[in-house]
Amino acid sequence: MTTTTLHALLSHWWRNPLQLFTLLAGLALATALWSGVQAVNAEARASYDAAAATLGEGQYDRLVRRDGQPMTQETYVALRRAGWLVSPVVQGRLDGVRIIGVEPLTAPGGVGPVSLQEGTDLTSFLTGEGQLFANYEVAEQLAGLNIVVTPDVAPNTAVTDIGVAQRLLSKPDQIDSLIVLRGQPIGRPPLDAIAPKLTLQPAQGGSDIARLTDSFHLNLTAFGLLSFAVGIFIVNGAIGLAFEQRRPVVRTLRALGLPLRRLILLLGAELMLFALIAGVIGVALGYVIAALLLPDVAATLRGLYGADVSGTLQLRPSWWLSGMAIALGGTALAAGGALYQMSQMPLLAAAQPRALAMAAGRRAVLQGIAAAILLMLSGVLMFTATGMIGGFLLLGALLIGAALALPIILDRLLALASRLARSVTAQWFWADTRQQLPGLSLALMALLLAMAANVGVSTMVSSFRLTFTDFLDQRLASELYVRTESDAQTAALITFATPRTDIILPIQSADTEVAGQPTEVYGARDHATYRDNWVFLQQTRDPWGSTFSGQTVLINEQLSRRANLMVGDEITLQDTAFAIAGVYGDYGNPIGQAVIGEEVFATLYPDIAPQNFGLRMDPEAVPDFVDALEAATGIAATQTVNQAGIKAISLAIFERTFTVTTALNILTLAVAGFAILMSLLTLASMRVPQLAPAWAMGMTRQQLGRLELVRAIMLALLTAVVALPLGLALAWALLAVVNVAAFGWKLPMYLFPLDYARMGVFALLAAGLAALWPARRLARTPPADLLKVFSNER
Amino acid sequence: MLLTVQDIHKTYHTADGPFDVLRGIDLTLASGETLALTGESGSGKSTLLHLIGGLDTPDSGKILHEGRDMAALDDAGRAALRRGTVGVVFQQFNLIPSLRVSDNIAFQARLAGRHDPDWDAALAARMGLTPHLAKYPEQLSGGQQQRVAIARTLATKPRVVLADEPTGNLDEATASTVLDLMLELVAETGAGLLMVTHSEGLAARVSRRLHLRAGRVA
Amino acid sequence: MNVKALFLALCLPMPALAQGFAGLGTEAEGFSVPQPEPQFNFPTDHGAHNDYRIEWWYLTANLEAADGTPYGLQWTLFRSALAPGAGDGWTAPQLWMGHAAVTTPDNHYVAERLARGGIGQAGVTADPFEAWIDDWALTGDWNTLHMTASAADFAYDMALTAQGPLIFHGEGGYSVKSAAGQASYYYSQPFFAIEGTLQLPEGDVAVTGNAWLDREWSSQPLAENQTGWDWFSLSFDDGNKMMGFRLQQTDGQNFTSATWMTPDGQTTPYTDGALVATPLATNDSDVPVRWRVELPAQGVDVTVAAINENAWMATSVPYWEGPVTVTGSHEGIGYLEMTGYE
Ligand SMILES: Nc1ncnc2c1ncn2[C@@H]1O[C@H](COP(=O)(O)OP(=O)(O)OP(=O)(O)O)[C@@H](O)[C@H]1O
Ligand SMILES: [Mg+2]
Repeated sequence: MTTTTLHALLSHWWRNPLQLFTLLAGLALATALWSGVQAVNAEARASYDAAAATLGEGQYDRLVRRDGQPMTQETYVALRRAGWLVSPVVQGRLDGVRIIGVEPLTAPGGVGPVSLQEGTDLTSFLTGEGQLFANYEVAEQLAGLNIVVTPDVAPNTAVTDIGVAQRLLSKPDQIDSLIVLRGQPIGRPPLDAIAPKLTLQPAQGGSDIARLTDSFHLNLTAFGLLSFAVGIFIVNGAIGLAFEQRRPVVRTLRALGLPLRRLILLLGAELMLFALIAGVIGVALGYVIAALLLPDVAATLRGLYGADVSGTLQLRPSWWLSGMAIALGGTALAAGGALYQMSQMPLLAAAQPRALAMAAGRRAVLQGIAAAILLMLSGVLMFTATGMIGGFLLLGALLIGAALALPIILDRLLALASRLARSVTAQWFWADTRQQLPGLSLALMALLLAMAANVGVSTMVSSFRLTFTDFLDQRLASELYVRTESDAQTAALITFATPRTDIILPIQSADTEVAGQPTEVYGARDHATYRDNWVFLQQTRDPWGSTFSGQTVLINEQLSRRANLMVGDEITLQDTAFAIAGVYGDYGNPIGQAVIGEEVFATLYPDIAPQNFGLRMDPEAVPDFVDALEAATGIAATQTVNQAGIKAISLAIFERTFTVTTALNILTLAVAGFAILMSLLTLASMRVPQLAPAWAMGMTRQQLGRLELVRAIMLALLTAVVALPLGLALAWALLAVVNVAAFGWKLPMYLFPLDYARMGVFALLAAGLAALWPARRLARTPPADLLKVFSNER
Repeated sequence: MLLTVQDIHKTYHTADGPFDVLRGIDLTLASGETLALTGESGSGKSTLLHLIGGLDTPDSGKILHEGRDMAALDDAGRAALRRGTVGVVFQQFNLIPSLRVSDNIAFQARLAGRHDPDWDAALAARMGLTPHLAKYPEQLSGGQQQRVAIARTLATKPRVVLADEPTGNLDEATASTVLDLMLELVAETGAGLLMVTHSEGLAARVSRRLHLRAGRVA
Repeated sequence: MNVKALFLALCLPMPALAQGFAGLGTEAEGFSVPQPEPQFNFPTDHGAHNDYRIEWWYLTANLEAADGTPYGLQWTLFRSALAPGAGDGWTAPQLWMGHAAVTTPDNHYVAERLARGGIGQAGVTADPFEAWIDDWALTGDWNTLHMTASAADFAYDMALTAQGPLIFHGEGGYSVKSAAGQASYYYSQPFFAIEGTLQLPEGDVAVTGNAWLDREWSSQPLAENQTGWDWFSLSFDDGNKMMGFRLQQTDGQNFTSATWMTPDGQTTPYTDGALVATPLATNDSDVPVRWRVELPAQGVDVTVAAINENAWMATSVPYWEGPVTVTGSHEGIGYLEMTGYE
């Protein structure tokens, strides 16, 4: 019985290969989309981790010599033997590449950001034969050296063993700094007793960039979920159609005596088999997509798939599994619903259009109610949602609600249009479109979600990028930062730098509490750097003017939110009251901040002498200046930070993600376009009976084909109109609700109408392309097929 | 008694309210007996046939196949009945479009586990289907499709043949041949035949006639 | 896998790693290999033998506080060579790893240190004897020793006094480890009296007891099919001591070996099969923490039970090491080490 039935079930696909193709392709594409996004997500994470690992080096306290000179190796050993858990670092440049030498056995994270693959030649790494870790570009640049290519190392940097670095940099027995590990032993003697020449440099407070990127990771995760939703819709559509097409066969099989149970079992097994095949194809496709999309492919693949790039590529199990889970789980979900419905329907009703229509009608009502409830919920959440969960609930309610509401909205719009239509053809066109809507609605929902995701994610990413650039400009405005170790050095720096730079901006701060919140107070020197670069969320007319002159204070968003302080409120510092003249965005800072004028700062905190300075100068001149400074004053290059360089590095890293996101946008649209193609092709055979009368009444087949095309584009257009506000709402929810919940600050939202227009055009193009083939096929339907409709009444 | 139907009622619930199709039908069919069921279009002939065939369940009343009450059967039991005991020739053929004619003919017999290729070949020959065995249903005319449907049912050698206008699409000569075949089979195997027909000529050739009107046997 | 884990795999002289990292079970290219009938030369042999692949200075102690609370203590320095020879500077092929632990009936404190040889951060000199890694050190002339270790949550400072002679295991210090003939040099000083102070989160504790210092070096200590070991050092109340180990093999068989020591230092070695050790009960992590240990030749049939079942060494490559009580034909205390139970 089973073989006979399977033969009958499978023969359907042999006779209708196109339907089989659309089913498999739909499943495979949904899987591919998901897998591709996963891959891109992983890539983004990897590049941020590299950035954070390099840029966020200040996570640990460090020991350096007061005079900025390297220390001897004996100092390191003496400290270790006294119980100080420290790890040596030596740094320098080789052919312009930054070489970082670490000691892997004592360093907190092993070899910096590098995760070594098994098979790394440990002996050659540890015994000075010289293995370096760097990305592909650096490997090209330092071609003579034994370089292991890894994407985990920041650009223009190579990490290696300290012994190798000392040799390459000609710094034998020298150490630039010592990382102070966490969890020091009890009974450790004070630093002065062992190494009086060293001084402890505290860790730089809260890694700003790490926090910013955390926020970005979160948003990428949200994008991953969105693509998941699109994928599920497509799977659902494909499975739904597969059932729709075979309803009559199913009835016949049951009428001929096939038990319902076995039928359901066999159909389920058949679909799972397809899901399995499609899943494998999809994961493979996703892998190809990832490979095509991602820059730096080889290195990325190595990170992603945990395998050697040169050999056969191996997919990571987690990646495979999540892709297969989408294919199988999505299919199970969709098929489960359809199978359940089938099991509940009386045998004879199973193929009766009447019963179906009634069920569909009931479903439409339920769908409408669900959509209304979800949209209402999201409306309420928009104003009330605070936590992370609230944010994601809002996202979920909004998306699903809008998707469910789409067919109803379209149906209303079409009803309106058909009422307004004058000519018979137009009337028929609108009515016919309406009739087709149920068959297309899943594909259109997928398109809606894809477009909304694109609008949302582009808005988010671009807003993020603008914010980030502003933030860097604001925070890293000076071209060079210099830290001095003594008053003598400070004096020497000022003497040396004053004639050679535009201005020296002292960076001085005191820790205090404002309205119960731990806060750093900064004293700022009057200069255009601040006026030009700082972005205020709220401000008086001239916040800097009144602040530099000592009357007012500026606070960061965190302090403003936590202590509920607005412009015009007053805060007290050292018993002196200041009115708040501005609130500025301070992305990534965990604690409160306040800025007052330099003079006022000096009177309020007379004990604090600035030891950090921002120097404004021609960015090109920075490297020479650093060398000259060292020669003239003994202030070592290690005491300076070339922020322009850091800025360039981090921006380059971000740029990579933006490219990837754009590519992803197009991919999502393409998949949604394919969903439309699929639906149209499947509908095509069912369409013949509907179109035959119109043809018989005198419309040409070309006319009918053209109308099919117009119809698809028009439906896509209407969907786009719904998608735009939805996407913006999505972006808003991500930036203003989820982000605030997760990190305590709100990312400002910018609009990019041009991007949206371009995306809209892409969407219409996708829909048009999808409709082209079905329309052509329709235009070429042999008259005989149309005639058949009249000869067989069923 | 091969088949006993007692006081069958069936009501459809439509948007316009309940619609009583059958209001107390009684009939019997003995081994070797052939019965014609006539009645106006919409009088409930197909409905009755479907109930007897276990494709649907009556609201009240009893249907006994060789003394076994169908009400006692679950879905699987009714499916087994459809495979093995009764054979239904549908008004709308209900062929499987993706299978060749030969496979369609063999299909139900295979399901029932009693496929006999020789018998299939004989049936096909007598139905004039031999040249069409490798074709798909959509490549056949309505009458040819109808003959495939009949052959499929006869291939299982059912105890009761329920035929819903089996010759509706056939010309008179063919219809007559097909009926001959069905009658022959019934006679050979001691089965019973219950056939819906509009044709007076065909109705006249069976052993008994029933006329449906207003949901009852007139 | 990061460098540290690789290092540990290489360094930790335990059979568990023999499968994961082929270094230990394979040919000892370029390294010296232990030979039968060894001639030891002290104090030189207390120092490092850089031409052998692995070596350790392994001290365990059973301690007791004034109120009778039992404690266990461990101080271990492992040496592992990437290549023979001492070397100098960062290129030296010697790697060092220290493990320190204090076990109380309720807690188990563990610390780990890693260091490269060649720069002075860790090493062992024979005369004067000093074994150290960072601030952890074991110094003295082997009649008296001074031992320290510190970590974020505990520290100790102990004085040791030898009360008996050195003990040589196997055939005069040549200890066979498998039927295929893998062997190591192995001697002990099990007769240390020890006293000092434990610094623990719950407060300082003055303790006394006895300590057992093992010295072992080799280049190829295990057969390829050996997957883990169970090692017992037992001190009976009648003054006799017993060392025994059981090497687990992939074929389900064991290889056992034992040394019986009288209070005056007389030894009787036992080859494979004389000692039988049978697990009786396991802790929540399936590590056997109660054993039946039999050495019929000496009338020994005892139950060995952990004082703290959770004496898990949560080092990068973990194992179990902790103090035990002994009951049955003989009463006493001791130490148990188990590897290969990850
Ligand atoms: N599923 C259903 N729901 C509601 N009404 C139904 C359903 N099936 C049949 N009917 C109605 O029941 C009546 C009997 O239908 P049935 O198909 O049994 O008639 P019939 O006698 O076979 O007609 P014909 O000779 O035209 O085939 C018809 O009026 C039909 O409209
Ligand atoms: Mg009928």
